[in-house]
Amino acid sequence: MKRHTRIAVLVTAAAVVLPLSACGSDDSSGGKPTAGPIDIWYSTNEQEQAWAKTVVDAWNTEHPEEKVTARAVPAGKSTEDVIGAAITAGNTPCLVYNTAPAAVSAFEKQRGLVNLSKTFKDAESFIEQRSGDAVDGFRSPDGSLYQMPWKTNPFMLYYNKDVFAKAGLDAEHPKLRTYDDVLAAAKAIKSAKAADFALYPPATSDYTNSLFDFYPLYLANSGGTQLVEDGKATFTGEAGLQTLGFWQQMYAEGYSSPEAYSGDMWAGPFSDGVAAMGIAGPWGKGQFDGKVEFGVVPLPTAAGAEETSTFADSKNVGMFTSCRNQQTAWDFAKFSMSKENDAALLEETGQFPTRTDVTTVAAGFLKENPFYEPFADAVPRAVDVPNIPGSSQVWTTFRKAWDDTVLSGKGDVKDAFGAAAQTIDDQANG
Amino acid sequence: MTAPHPHRQETRAAGGSPSGPQLQGSSRPVPHASARAGRQPRPRRAHRVERWLGRHPFGLALTAPYTIFVLVVFAIPFGFGVWMAFHDYFFTAPGVSVPHPFVGFDNFTAVLGDGDTQRAFRNLGVFMAINIPLTVVLALSLAAALNAATRWSVFFRASYYVPYVTASVATLAVWLFLFSGSGAVNHALGAWAPDPSWLANKHLVMPLIALYVTWKQLGFYILLYLAALQNVPRELHEAALTDGAGRWQAFRAVTLPAVRPVTSLVILLSLITSGQIFTEPFLLTGGGPNGASLTPALLIYQRGLEQGEPDAAAAIGLILVTAVLILATISRRVMERN
Repeated sequence: MKRHTRIAVLVTAAAVVLPLSACGSDDSSGGKPTAGPIDIWYSTNEQEQAWAKTVVDAWNTEHPEEKVTARAVPAGKSTEDVIGAAITAGNTPCLVYNTAPAAVSAFEKQRGLVNLSKTFKDAESFIEQRSGDAVDGFRSPDGSLYQMPWKTNPFMLYYNKDVFAKAGLDAEHPKLRTYDDVLAAAKAIKSAKAADFALYPPATSDYTNSLFDFYPLYLANSGGTQLVEDGKATFTGEAGLQTLGFWQQMYAEGYSSPEAYSGDMWAGPFSDGVAAMGIAGPWGKGQFDGKVEFGVVPLPTAAGAEETSTFADSKNVGMFTSCRNQQTAWDFAKFSMSKENDAALLEETGQFPTRTDVTTVAAGFLKENPFYEPFADAVPRAVDVPNIPGSSQVWTTFRKAWDDTVLSGKGDVKDAFGAAAQTIDDQANG
Repeated sequence: MTAPHPHRQETRAAGGSPSGPQLQGSSRPVPHASARAGRQPRPRRAHRVERWLGRHPFGLALTAPYTIFVLVVFAIPFGFGVWMAFHDYFFTAPGVSVPHPFVGFDNFTAVLGDGDTQRAFRNLGVFMAINIPLTVVLALSLAAALNAATRWSVFFRASYYVPYVTASVATLAVWLFLFSGSGAVNHALGAWAPDPSWLANKHLVMPLIALYVTWKQLGFYILLYLAALQNVPRELHEAALTDGAGRWQAFRAVTLPAVRPVTSLVILLSLITSGQIFTEPFLLTGGGPNGASLTPALLIYQRGLEQGEPDAAAAIGLILVTAVLILATISRRVMERN
């Protein structure tokens, strides 16, 4: 009897508390944005932290009333998981300088992101002037901008000069323009035992891994066609099937490993000398310097194109609805993306600000560091993920088909991805 | 208090000396108070207080921290999870009101019809089929050996226990090193190495994870068995041997029945741990290759947090809880039948 009463109390308490916790006061909408202290998060990358510190210090000296407090994104498996949880908890900072475009639709659905186009009069003009046509790739389905394009990291093909020399390949001007070239090089590397694998992209089933194997090569091969365009999956066309076939062959021949890498699965295989080639953005230089001797070439395509598109791996700036002083947040965001601060970003981190005039803004730096020139050259042709609802479901579906036929090196690519495309067409339309 | 009270006047009038009834009144404050309030007499109210707060209300204060912990960390989230599973729900920023309509069993039918969920539960079945019998057999036989051993027993006991107290992340790194394609195990096996290798092989990955978890948890179960074995009276063994039983017969007739409650506990505990398998596939394979190491717990994480569908994740969670409860009930019935 007594026990039952207590259980009843407990259930009642839960029933009362739960709905309460589900709602709450509605204070996120309306009113003019205000000024005052704000906080921001930036990525855990060391060079980026140094850049952010300089920018924040400069701002704080000039604006003692609108102090900016900056810190790195709290540790978590991925930045997206952390931000998603923080939105739910209501403790996101004003700005996150590491917002992945692939996650924007999810954050938007959570009502975590501020609609910049509608909140600030000069948002459209400032963002378009800085980033040009690239902006349209980041617009949400309603036409508004919920993210500020910030930086672009066009992916290239890195190769290990020592491994290439050991395999009897040209280490200074390697022939890596077509898929056949890469397969031939992989064969030479394998038979000479110059490295364990030719290419070793992250092999776990995480859906984001497609951005490190299929997607960059597909963009290059298709002239910059996004995974989904106009609500339809595009990868079942000829370009997509060529890229899928290429990767399937890489795994079937054992040139790539379908196993999770024990260590940093993105940069590790190349920087540890386990893989002869690696697909990475300009940040790769900082990771690989001093570990392996490397060179960089544009991404290969089926037929060998002159100017290839590539994956932009953009990281943007999102403003979050939990921010109290949104005017200051906006002003600081603009300040951090001035010509001077953008040039400093490139110099400090080797990452490219998403601006149309990047080659003029950073002319001096590029002259001194010719390594970055091919990356700078690729910035205008760099394409990102499509901004669609259900983005993570779409990529998950794609990754499943990938696991099934590409990583296993077996099975009919056309059938498997045809079925995936049908599912994705449904998912992309909500 | 200043208002005159009929009861008090009556008492005073009835008493002989003026101080007598006053003293009496102050020594019996409870009946006066309740009488003054004009409500129930003493025993019923005290009974009610006792019913709600127990005979020793102070005990409630002592248990309060843990009760609050269980409420906040377990009961409320669980209740919330049940609620989520029956509604169209996703996480939003606080203060945002979006409709979360009641959808009945829609979430359940959707996840049950999903190939991923079916695969995750099938994988869990494979895991349990390997993990539970292996745990019982290995833990019992190693404990029996330890019980019989006189030399080095402390050393062995400690070494079985070490994996149990080491963080999964650390031991998994060692297993990754052992079982990766170019790892130590494949080197030792040479031409016998499986192709595709362990972690990329859809037939081997779940058994490997089951083996890992068995090894990792074994130390704890050995300790449970060891404690039980040390309580088996030596005389019973001697009697059995005198009656002409062999060592194996003595083990079956004496040891096994004696440790039966512990076996029941070990099965129950491994059932519960099995339901929670997450870290291993999460770190080793991400659920791959092609979902071969996907477990319900990992699927809950993927659907609920990565793909923003906490309602579907909650439904999977409830199915998992129900399945584990049913299995646990069956195992208890079977083990405690006699």
